[in-house]
Amino acid sequence: MINMHEVIETNKMIEQENLDVRTITLGINLLDCAGSDLSEVNQKIFDKITTVAKDLVAAGNRIQREYGIPIVNKRIAVTPISLIGASCCRTVEDYVSIAETLDRAAHAVGVNFIGGYSALVNKAMTAADELLIKSIPKALSSTERVCSSVNVGSTKTGIDMNAVKLLGEIILETAELTKDNDSIGCAKLVVFCNAPDDNPFMAGAFHGITEGDAVINVGVSGPGVVKKALESVRGADFETLCETIKRTAFKITRVGQLVAQEASKLLNVPFGIVDLSLAPTPAVGDSVAEILQEIGLEYPGAPGTTAALALLNDQVKKGGVMASSFVGGLSGAFIPVSEDQGMINAVEAGALTLEKLEAMTCVCSVGLDMIAIPGDTKASTISGIIADEMAIGMVNQKTTAVRIIPVNGKTVGDTVEFGGLLGHAPIMRVNGFSCENFINRGGRIPAPIHSFKN
Amino acid sequence: MKRTVITVVGKDKIGIIAKICTYLANNSINILDISQTIIQDFFNMMMIVDTSKAPKTFDEIADELDQIGAEIGVVVKAQREEIFNKMHRI
Repeated sequence: MINMHEVIETNKMIEQENLDVRTITLGINLLDCAGSDLSEVNQKIFDKITTVAKDLVAAGNRIQREYGIPIVNKRIAVTPISLIGASCCRTVEDYVSIAETLDRAAHAVGVNFIGGYSALVNKAMTAADELLIKSIPKALSSTERVCSSVNVGSTKTGIDMNAVKLLGEIILETAELTKDNDSIGCAKLVVFCNAPDDNPFMAGAFHGITEGDAVINVGVSGPGVVKKALESVRGADFETLCETIKRTAFKITRVGQLVAQEASKLLNVPFGIVDLSLAPTPAVGDSVAEILQEIGLEYPGAPGTTAALALLNDQVKKGGVMASSFVGGLSGAFIPVSEDQGMINAVEAGALTLEKLEAMTCVCSVGLDMIAIPGDTKASTISGIIADEMAIGMVNQKTTAVRIIPVNGKTVGDTVEFGGLLGHAPIMRVNGFSCENFINRGGRIPAPIHSFKN
Repeated sequence: MKRTVITVVGKDKIGIIAKICTYLANNSINILDISQTIIQDFFNMMMIVDTSKAPKTFDEIADELDQIGAEIGVVVKAQREEIFNKMHRI
């Protein structure tokens, strides 16, 4: 039988070290809502989401109540909308009407984000994909809860550089249209390479076309728990360090597995995966940067940071993978800037630059995340940053992403406040040398040689 | 059997266990295990109880225990046992 020491340990993780389940994300297939009449498609989408997800928030609240573990977010991911709108959307406004339907559905069922206003253009864009991408600025500025993502490359297909070029412009336009709110629209737009079909985390979640009709994916978190555990092994060697991270990751993930199974049972929707990510929040003691500092760095960004992050990411996976029957999504350590107080401190201290962050993304689970840059950054420069990040993902066979915010009217030295889980961020310096001729070439970058495994 | 873990934490005083146990008995909740310790004047108690014969729902029991805790000046928490088993037992 469970003993008092174990009960106290678990409750200390929850109460003092910010252990929580970051999100229960319900994936919903919308392929059966497609049709040639736009208003009919919108109605079907609204009806399907509000039917399948009607009990999602209640189920999350019930699990939270019964197990005493906070379930921070209840969210929905849907099939990439470029596919659903392909047969009925002829204009940008047509696509925006679907975004507005998604937003209404999200409000109706009480979820705080709905992801899947997306296009998968790993190799090239169809006319529908291109139309959806062009509608993103309007869609994100006219809705509150809709999140968008575009997958522009993969190890198997290479990188669609036409889409990369277009997205540089789209990100700037989104920043312009949401300038009254510090360009927050860009915080809801992710550009991916090797995007996973089952990612429960926003803003990049969508319900992959390889998935079933509905699925429950759960994202756990707990950087504070790992940090606390590492405090007890200060000065110990790497073996001890790694064992401690693994053991902690295992415990955290077991909770995620329990919550996922319970949610699956309550909603009568199959359990998909647990995403074992260390996802920070702006709260003190809920920071991946603080783990890196505990490992032995003065600030993230100091020499040794990439090695420390590589080790952390790997041990989280090794510990977590044994704790769940299905692991997927992004799984690893997130290194967003604005959502992690330790990262913000590192930028403000001058320890962490965009270039070092790029190096760190080679070994973390996602990529350049929640980074505020000057509003006058050129579209081609943003495309260049995206291309670099996509190349890292393509060559290393991992997911990489860019969620970057060129904050309209602000420059290096300013700070931007997004609020809530999105946090605040100092504007980071961007290398000002031009890559325009490179981006303007057009076409696609071929898949790397090691992708040919057949 | 539906097992629930009840934890009580707060400043030590007379009658904490009595109050909680009376409530459990009145609601047909059976105590399976109980342990208690005082750490620096702070009362720590953990009970494993079986709620399968209780007529009330988990929510009602958790709410009422919460209220009793507030009356005595301690924090009373009810959680289903699985979260601890899952985390600490393979």
